[in-house]
Amino acid sequence: MALQPAVTDVELLKDRTAVACLRAGRPGVLEAVKFDRDELTLWVPQIHLLEALNLLRSSGYSVLADVTAVDWFPSEPRFEVVYSLLSYKLRERIRIKVKVSGADPYVESVSAIWPGASPFEREVFDLFGIRFQGHPDLRRILLPDDWEGHPLRKDYPVEGYR
Amino acid sequence: MASIDHFRAVPVVETTTSGDRTMVLNMGPQHPSTHGVLRLLLEIDGETVVRIRPDIGFLHTGIEKTCEAKFYQQVIPMTDRIDYLCPMTNNFTYVLAVEKLLGLEVPPRAMWIRLMLNELTRINSHLVWLGTHAMDIGAMTVFLYCFREREEILKMFEMVAGQRMMTSYFRIGGVSMDLPLGFLDYIKNFAAYFPDRIDQYSDLLTNNPIWIGRTKGVAKISQQDAVDLMLSGPTARGSGIDWDLRRDMPYGGYDKLEFKVPVATEGDVYARYQVRMGELRESISMVKQAIAKLPDGPIKAEAPKIVLPDREKMKTQMESLIHHFKIVTEGFTVPEGEVYQGVESPRGEMGYYVVSDGTAKPYRVHMRSPSFANLNAIGVMCEHNLLADVVAAIGSIDIVLGDVDR
Repeated sequence: MALQPAVTDVELLKDRTAVACLRAGRPGVLEAVKFDRDELTLWVPQIHLLEALNLLRSSGYSVLADVTAVDWFPSEPRFEVVYSLLSYKLRERIRIKVKVSGADPYVESVSAIWPGASPFEREVFDLFGIRFQGHPDLRRILLPDDWEGHPLRKDYPVEGYR
Repeated sequence: MASIDHFRAVPVVETTTSGDRTMVLNMGPQHPSTHGVLRLLLEIDGETVVRIRPDIGFLHTGIEKTCEAKFYQQVIPMTDRIDYLCPMTNNFTYVLAVEKLLGLEVPPRAMWIRLMLNELTRINSHLVWLGTHAMDIGAMTVFLYCFREREEILKMFEMVAGQRMMTSYFRIGGVSMDLPLGFLDYIKNFAAYFPDRIDQYSDLLTNNPIWIGRTKGVAKISQQDAVDLMLSGPTARGSGIDWDLRRDMPYGGYDKLEFKVPVATEGDVYARYQVRMGELRESISMVKQAIAKLPDGPIKAEAPKIVLPDREKMKTQMESLIHHFKIVTEGFTVPEGEVYQGVESPRGEMGYYVVSDGTAKPYRVHMRSPSFANLNAIGVMCEHNLLADVVAAIGSIDIVLGDVDR
């Protein structure tokens, strides 16, 4: 099972439900796509995140499986917030990514669409320091409240500050 | 503009919402019925729970951060320690994710060994759940019987991996060792009598009026809530969501097994109990199928740059010695990319999101743990219900705090 090269051309992927759904929406909702190792990734601009997720939710991707982030320090935009969506009907998983700047990292909270996302967003806030606007209760969740720094950032030493 | 408020530490201690009418009660973190170190803040009005807030993080060890400093193969022992009741499932998810990144295929014997042990792990985990859940509600006997069978499974783990709980048995590209002599007979014997043992547990509980009284209609979760709160696994299937990753998005060879997915629609503690009891029977049947189909052959993929060579080859062949030295000292590089591998763990969807930047160490490893998501349900299960049912509710979603906190 040799690896196939990743497909990043929107035209080649336009038959995919998720791609078609976002392209049917307002222009600019879909930023980029990648199909790699049987997994579809869609990039969405920060300002259109809720719109894109609502569109996808109504077209069958009703389950949010995971919310997490990746730190690409020192490049800019520094963070990517990653949403993993699942469709029971299509038996398919897609990944939605939002690029977030390092200077003022924030995205809109999705906890109004999926209330269950709330602790996941708190975890990302706790470990990466990315704020979720509109989150009902954005506090640290895993670390103590008086902890300094956000450990999963790449500039945070593995051994911690001594 | 960024508000600095979000970065200010907020005290966890909660105050009541209605003055003197209600009181805040602390439960845990050292409480046997919270299945580990879970702290619950309960606001109660007499015997009724008005609000419930979980406080987690007591077991947080920063495993995701530690993984970024390890070679790909060194991450495997970390995965055992996330969900310590189903170590093999965690191993399985991680190695599947890395194999997907590498485009590596495992030989059939390794595949069947993995399936067999993964299902035994599910039985192991469900037995602990059943024993402790029943004990929380007051049925001590079941606990003793469950741990009798669990001991047998732990012995099997010790036979294959040398370890009872932190097995670290799966490897990228296969498994670490072949099955020991006499192992299959041992497992066959177990698989022959285990269905009767399930009947024994069932006889003690299923029609027991006290058990029914404590579980039927208690801690209900509706189907819509189960989707909105991101629940998965038996917890969601107890609320009528007919979804099992093993059947609906097969991985690691599950498409070659025949099994049913037990689903209940009531959404209460009893429904989740029925689902898990059904899964015990399905799992032991899958173990039997795996034994029957287990072929001879290699247990590791033919990929000398990724999979460690046999000890014998390493000592006699120069090439193998070099590969061995390279893998141990420098690790192996993984092509750039990212994968999310979701697996049906005993608790629900266990997902590993692994990002590679082309080096020998993972750039990011994220564990989507089922217990963390399932803990969301605690609000809808407990609020406006009786305080005494809180332990039944916690037991029924089968959380493991190592899995919640990572």
